[in-house]
Amino acid sequence: MEKEQFYYDNKIVKMFLWATILWGIVGMLVGLTVALLFIYPGLLEFAGSNNAISWLSFGRLRPLHTNAVIFAFVGNGIFLGVYYSTQRLLKARMFNDVLSRINFWGWQAIIVAAAITLPLGYTSSKEYAELEWPIDIAVVVVWVVFGINLIGTILKRRQRHIYVAIWFYIATFVTIAVLYIFNNLEMPVSAFKSYSVYSGVQDALIQWWYGHNAVAFFLTTPILGLMYYFVPKVANRPIYSYRLSIIHFWTLIFLYIWAGPHHLLYTALPEWAQNLGTVFSVMLIFPSWGGMINGLLTLRGAWDKVREDPVLKFFVVAITAYGMSTFEGPMLSFKSVNAIGHYTDWIVGHVHIGALGWNGFMIAGIVYWLAEKLWKTPLYSKKLANAHFWLGTIGILFYAIPLYIAGFTQAFMWKQFNPDGTLVYGNFLETVTSVMPMYAMRAIGGTLYLIGFILLAINIIKTARAGSPVEDELAEAAPLKKISGQRIAGEGWHTWLERRTVLFTILTTVAILIGGLVEIVPVMLVKSNVPTITSIKPYTPLELEGRDIYIREGCNNCHSQMIRPFRSEVERYGEYSKAGEFIYDFPFLWGSKRTGPDVHRIGGKYNDNWHFNHMLDPRSTSPGSIMPRYSWLIKNDMNASNLESKMKALATLGVPYTDEEIAGAKQALLTQAKEVENNLRQDPEYVKNYGSSNIQNKEIVALIAYLQRLGTDIKANAPTALKNK
Amino acid sequence: MEVLYITIGVSIVVALVFFFAFIRSVKSGQYDDTYTPSVRMLFDDELVNGKKKDEKESNSNQNQSKITNN
Repeated sequence: MEKEQFYYDNKIVKMFLWATILWGIVGMLVGLTVALLFIYPGLLEFAGSNNAISWLSFGRLRPLHTNAVIFAFVGNGIFLGVYYSTQRLLKARMFNDVLSRINFWGWQAIIVAAAITLPLGYTSSKEYAELEWPIDIAVVVVWVVFGINLIGTILKRRQRHIYVAIWFYIATFVTIAVLYIFNNLEMPVSAFKSYSVYSGVQDALIQWWYGHNAVAFFLTTPILGLMYYFVPKVANRPIYSYRLSIIHFWTLIFLYIWAGPHHLLYTALPEWAQNLGTVFSVMLIFPSWGGMINGLLTLRGAWDKVREDPVLKFFVVAITAYGMSTFEGPMLSFKSVNAIGHYTDWIVGHVHIGALGWNGFMIAGIVYWLAEKLWKTPLYSKKLANAHFWLGTIGILFYAIPLYIAGFTQAFMWKQFNPDGTLVYGNFLETVTSVMPMYAMRAIGGTLYLIGFILLAINIIKTARAGSPVEDELAEAAPLKKISGQRIAGEGWHTWLERRTVLFTILTTVAILIGGLVEIVPVMLVKSNVPTITSIKPYTPLELEGRDIYIREGCNNCHSQMIRPFRSEVERYGEYSKAGEFIYDFPFLWGSKRTGPDVHRIGGKYNDNWHFNHMLDPRSTSPGSIMPRYSWLIKNDMNASNLESKMKALATLGVPYTDEEIAGAKQALLTQAKEVENNLRQDPEYVKNYGSSNIQNKEIVALIAYLQRLGTDIKANAPTALKNK
Repeated sequence: MEVLYITIGVSIVVALVFFFAFIRSVKSGQYDDTYTPSVRMLFDDELVNGKKKDEKESNSNQNQSKITNN
């Protein structure tokens, strides 16, 4: 058949390349900032220690870092690689230039919106899904635009065989769309406030079903697709085994989606669901390592090239890091290992092997290689790229190894008992101060990595200036025969139908998922919100406001609310957490990291004044603490204007607030706030300093009320045996 | 734990979608040849001859739309 000529769209690839570099620097800079906050908690208190700046506090910046790195840096990196390789593998320009541009600008707009709203405290609190509902909708729309563009390109391809990389891209699109929608089903209260439609254990399960697959289908499958394209291209060798890549792909996607519950081992999640997660997580090592081996062995007989070519160096370390983290993952899914690793800095080290090593280095390699292709010129400086490689590699080691040490240190200190059965390190702070040197080294590692990445930026800018851009690259290929072989009649119709079916399926699926499920899911879940522990009661209006402040400040980034059934944890924190205690928790706030202690049973442990002083200056009550100062909570008036609509929204979701309670909410809030203020006035020191100020309508009061409520319901009419504990 | 019906249900639906895609891709001959594709992708995206066939077609988008209409 006669060959057709057509053009590849290089412009869009370039746009994503610059976005990748820009957001990479931003995301890593925020990461370095939060790493420094561990060592210097007062670093960003530019206006003085009594005027801490709310939008620069750790709890708000940490989600900004994770979102920036995952969705802005790696996200743009994925689009960069996908838009370049898809066109070439399918021998077709992207389906539609307008969709490509919407994909690009829409994604950047979402990133900017996230960068503004997260520091302002607009957050749903669910990790890697913190964005509030209007931005969630934008994410879904842009993602679907990407999907239509991808599948449209596949349909008009000139290469019948769909190379394995494309399969990885398809799986990424489909799975992320589904999971993102399900995890972000929210009941809006106002323009930037919503409640998850799930509560407690159920919310936790949905969150980590999503959370793990954000790792799997956003940080892994698309990057694997890129590996299968770029590693053979750069090495100029076919992939070690194409057959293995097919097995790798299909087993990986069938196993990955079941692994989520390994984030909830030893929690209140039903035992069988935990074990299901463990089994699938352990099985995952096979496809993961199959993929790693396939990537590395592609370089067989070409290892000499690795010495010469910085791009291949990046790939080798990246694939090795993928192998390491996918070994660690299944190991951490064993309950006995998880009991050590969970809540510690080990997990932070683990994810950064993936993020810095696997994602960061794959993308760096791709960016260097594409710069030469896109600007038709050799790289400005190979030396600079090599310097980046070594800075990055050493940076990763300096980042991860100290955190592994920190993780084990924490776990063992948390669990260590004296011969008489008391905790050796009864004061949680000792376990924090002992790992401070590791936090310092981590910051050094991060700095090295960031410097390396800045070298990349310089190198690419110089390369782009030296070269000449080719916006539309000419190519040629024969069109596909329209008949698929098995079909006899109506080829044109069939093609039309196929195109229609696919697009139609996507659009209807999305429509059904958003529209239908928002209706169905809450109704279904409301029934399950019947308390199984009779003493568990909904939050009072003041506590509810306090809880929303807890969410806004991102307290759950450092404090868990889930006491595992270990002797060490029961000894330290109190009775272990029961599933029935969380039924009114929309969303759940179990957390995943204990930079500070668990707070599920904090209620009643300290008096109101302790909390007041602790929030104002954590170091006054807990010397050596690295918690930020929350001085604005004492200055800000409580904004309870949405109180009734919040309670109504929760009532719709199944919280048994009566109409009278909702009508009298403001009054009840005031009454309880006065009680807290009266408690605070018990302390002469408080009266001396704040006696004249009207504290009852400040945010701090609501937060204190919430903290004092935490984990106390179960004690109300517990059997005496439990009370005596 | 009614939410398990959602997670497991959706997981199975997604798995079935992929399973269907797998069966279809095998049947349509995607995996009949497990060697050529790995080599083909190495060679085929370079600009051929570096020249356009039809010099009149200077606007890439027009060229593109013409091809799409074929």
